[in-house]
Amino acid sequence: MDINILLVDDEADFVETMTKRFRIRKLPVTSAGSGAEALKLLDQQDFDVVILDVRMPGMDGLEVLRQIRAKRPLTEVIMLTGHASLDAGMQGMNLGAYDYVLKPADFDELLDKVRRAAERKALNVSAQSRG
Amino acid sequence: MIEGSGYTKLRVKMILTTLGFSLIPLLILGYTIYRQFEAAHTSKVIQHLSHLTENKRRTIDLFLNERLSQLMAIAYTHKLEYFLEGGTLERVFTLMQARSKYYIDLGIIDQNGNHVVYTGPYQAIRTANYKDEEWFHQVQAKGFYISDVFLGRRNYPHFIIAVGRRDGDKTWILRATIDSDIFDSLVQSDQLGVNGDAFLLNADNVLQSKPRFGPKLLGRMDLGSYARFPGVRTEIINVDGKPFIFGLAWLDNKNWMLAIRDDPTEELLPLAHARSLVWLILAGGFLLIAGGTIVTSNTIITQLVRAEKEKASLNASLTQSSKMASLGKMAAGVAHEINNPLAIIKEKAGWMRDLLGEEDIKASPNFKEFEDAIAKIEYHVTRAKDVTHRLLGFARRMDPIHEDVNINEVISQTITFLQNEARYRAIEIHTGFQKDLPFVASDSAQLQQVFLNIIDNAIDAIGKDGHIHIRTMAVHDPNEVIITIKDSGPGIPREKLDKIFDPFFTTKKVGEGTGLGLTISFSIVQKLGGQIKVESEEGQGATFIISLPLNKD
Repeated sequence: MDINILLVDDEADFVETMTKRFRIRKLPVTSAGSGAEALKLLDQQDFDVVILDVRMPGMDGLEVLRQIRAKRPLTEVIMLTGHASLDAGMQGMNLGAYDYVLKPADFDELLDKVRRAAERKALNVSAQSRG
Repeated sequence: MIEGSGYTKLRVKMILTTLGFSLIPLLILGYTIYRQFEAAHTSKVIQHLSHLTENKRRTIDLFLNERLSQLMAIAYTHKLEYFLEGGTLERVFTLMQARSKYYIDLGIIDQNGNHVVYTGPYQAIRTANYKDEEWFHQVQAKGFYISDVFLGRRNYPHFIIAVGRRDGDKTWILRATIDSDIFDSLVQSDQLGVNGDAFLLNADNVLQSKPRFGPKLLGRMDLGSYARFPGVRTEIINVDGKPFIFGLAWLDNKNWMLAIRDDPTEELLPLAHARSLVWLILAGGFLLIAGGTIVTSNTIITQLVRAEKEKASLNASLTQSSKMASLGKMAAGVAHEINNPLAIIKEKAGWMRDLLGEEDIKASPNFKEFEDAIAKIEYHVTRAKDVTHRLLGFARRMDPIHEDVNINEVISQTITFLQNEARYRAIEIHTGFQKDLPFVASDSAQLQQVFLNIIDNAIDAIGKDGHIHIRTMAVHDPNEVIITIKDSGPGIPREKLDKIFDPFFTTKKVGEGTGLGLTISFSIVQKLGGQIKVESEEGQGATFIISLPLNKD
């Protein structure tokens, strides 16, 4: 199953490595270094799953999440939080994020969550086209 | 906090000040009342004495006056010739004696001093001549004379009253002798006390009447010399070294002084009673005030000490709370900053592990080395992540949920987790649960973490062979559930006691404990509205006391 992933994080090294690790598993990843860049990419194309860092300079993750939900309600978002941030994670869930992962995350766990988020998106999309 | 000696000083100061302010007015009051009473009583005693003296003086003056008038009446109503007739004077004398027994004899003396007629028991003086006697001249000059008391030719204490009669160019004198005993009965009175006395003195301090005490009649009674004065005087005079109050008054008809003596100790006995009463009241008042003062200051000091202790413990708990709050913020910041690089390291290692599957690397002679190194990196990243995640857990602001929690059950459950470990180390866990312990509105999962941390620490502290006692009980005012966890371990040294809730404070070996367990426990209990305290002495184990409010507002 092909999953269109958008990875948003301000840490270039992190983004680069994650991208490599997804690609070696045959999962195409687009990356964005900031919230603004991610929103611009979302305007141009649809993504199945967005992996979104909560704490970023400029626009913070929760704000980006809000705009994604407005722009692309079917796109599932997984929050990456490095902060105290069960709090931020929970807040994200309330705003409609699919799940959250604490940094530093276990890659397999993240991968699992991405797959399930993509499944849900697919279900939602087919439900919408039927209904 | 003021030291013990400071309180003692304060207590002494308070007692002295209160005593001073209460006792000085009491003493002044007692003294004033006693003085007033003394003055009133003394003036009453003196007034009484003055009255008595004045009355006696009048009586004696009246007596002398009457005698003088009687003799004058007799002398001036008859001529000398009348008395010269035989038996006439005797008749007159009998008449006079019928009225007053004190007349001893009666005589008539002519102008040459010859006793011309005499009637009385002392016939020997019948022929006496008085021409050279002092009194004879006095009568000639003044017309009458009253003598001092003397023994005279009759050798019996008496005095004379003589009245001169001028009849043409002749003068004659009617002279009566009077028994001086009369004065004793006139002067003495039953109004005097046991030690009281009364007597007459002439100008030379010679006694003219018999006193009850001291010298005999005609003896000397030295009261000092007093010039004639009008009215009555009261004086304090020492007799035989003892002070007496005297009422003194000069007679009008004779230069004799009447002296009435009163014993002040007798008269002022009520005063002595009053003084004893005043002392008694003062002593009673003193005891009462002193007792009250000591009780009051003890109460105040006790309250001060308690307030001081409460303040100190409140301060300590506030300090601890604010320390926790700022440490929490710092811990969260640090954890976050470390988590990002950790995430990158972890992903880099993960990428390397991904690449280990590539054929060329598998063929490398160092493949095993690479694999080990990656595993070690991953292991230690995980270890570091545990620390940062616990730090974040300590700092997180998640609201605890409130459910009805049966503390006894939570503790029992917690103990089952640790039972194996405890048994293995021969540590016995005893529980003393209050059966009807009320439910607490709290978060059971978080409480379990607290109990787990503390009991686990207790097991580690004991090491091997020991006991852990866990008790629960409900208390009132404030309504709380108290949980005490006491271990038989080595105890916590005094200097470490106030650090044990600090983050990263640990007594365990490196790698065995993070030093966050008690920190997290503290912040959980605090968030649940309770308190956690530790009491310990080196060598006597440690006791953790957790109090949880029954109703969290």
